[in-house]
Amino acid sequence: MSDLPAGAEPVELDARGLLCPQPVIRLARASRGLPPGSVLQVLADDPAARYDIPAWCRLKGHSVELTEGIGHAVFRVVLGQPNSS
Amino acid sequence: MVGPLVCSPSTTVITVSANASARFRLDAAQGPLHPAAKATLLAALDAGWADPARLYSEGRRAGQLLQTARAVFAEDLGVSAESVSLHPSPADALAVGIAGLRHARRRVGTRLLTSAADQALTLAAADPEAPLPVDRAAKLDVERFSAATGQPGVALAVIAASNGEVGTRQPLDELHRACREAGVPLLVDATAGLGRDATPASWDVLVGGTALVGGPPLGVLAVRPTVRFAVPGPGREAEARRTFTPPWVPLALAAAEAWRQSRPSAESDGEAAFRLVEQIRLAAAAVPDVEVVGDPVDRLPHVVTFSALYADGEALVRAFDRRGIAVASGSACTSSTLEPSHVLAAMGALTHGNVRVVLPLPAVQPDLDTGVASMVATLGEVVAEVRAELGSSDL
Repeated sequence: MSDLPAGAEPVELDARGLLCPQPVIRLARASRGLPPGSVLQVLADDPAARYDIPAWCRLKGHSVELTEGIGHAVFRVVLGQPNSS
Repeated sequence: MVGPLVCSPSTTVITVSANASARFRLDAAQGPLHPAAKATLLAALDAGWADPARLYSEGRRAGQLLQTARAVFAEDLGVSAESVSLHPSPADALAVGIAGLRHARRRVGTRLLTSAADQALTLAAADPEAPLPVDRAAKLDVERFSAATGQPGVALAVIAASNGEVGTRQPLDELHRACREAGVPLLVDATAGLGRDATPASWDVLVGGTALVGGPPLGVLAVRPTVRFAVPGPGREAEARRTFTPPWVPLALAAAEAWRQSRPSAESDGEAAFRLVEQIRLAAAAVPDVEVVGDPVDRLPHVVTFSALYADGEALVRAFDRRGIAVASGSACTSSTLEPSHVLAAMGALTHGNVRVVLPLPAVQPDLDTGVASMVATLGEVVAEVRAELGSSDL
């Protein structure tokens, strides 16, 4: 599914309780300096994060899968090639 | 003796003062009256105060004035004055339009087809029917819509002629053709553009408002005479049996006056607005991590929205406001809204850091060019300022 090196642990980010645009700001910061293929797992309960995290991934060339947690959403973000912008 | 509500400060109960400083209002959703509409409103206070249902001469005169107001809209919409009714707001007109079509079609079914980018009121009326998806520009797929109209139990389709948040137009001619083939009536919700964009021709029922042309915020509802339409429930004696009470005649006349005044320059005003919006689109797109959404060309002339990553919509609105520029936002980064704009969400667009501009008519907002130039000049600085406040400048 991803070209994650075997054994590498996903970076965990708990953004529960944070309102927009903080979850995306935290995610962008956590992803800085990580190589393509790195995986981040984000927990968020702000309704806007459901749309904004996938939109951020689209704008930045990353892929994302959303699953439902209890009272929050879980986003699995796989970093793509850094884009030129 | 009790003094009047509004006059000199020494005798009034409510003090009214206008904001005198130079400000640019780039949000036409509800604004000051067109000067001619204001003059008509004042004159109508003397001439049209009576209940148009009364049979004495003042009542009959008010009734005639109301009929004049309806006729002004009817002529431009291509129907008779009897087909047009006036309502307290566009939302009221939309709710009556939906109720009238649905009730008339109750033997066929109750399902309401709409798009995920339509107004919240329409989506609520469609529930539990899921709305049809839209693409990244908020446009509806004609084939998908056609297929849905052929399903059993569809009472009506309600489609916004163009989107009030992002400006994208829908292919109304094709959508109406699909509806006709399926025998489903189409309500076109032209709230976002009526009077400012080309008047739609492909509809069975049409809804619009009068605030965008500098009138009071009334709603207009037109029903083609061949369309089966009946609003349920007793007591609806006014406005072609669509509402309980007629509109207050002075307001109806002011709305008609604003509409009439806007017609001669509608095309050139639209072209000018299109160019101004283009300037805002270009300026926003030039700022790093700012996305301008909606169709860049097939759009309302006077509407534009963009979203800035790592910024908060309410802070952007306040930062523009401090610079004398009034804009709206579809973000939920505000204490007053819990859910972000369902339109931006349906498009897959960023919902935070959103700014929406709805340009007023130059007759209502003088120096519109200067206002847009001021916004264009400060846009980058405003986004940078808000990101600095949030500590996200480094991203």
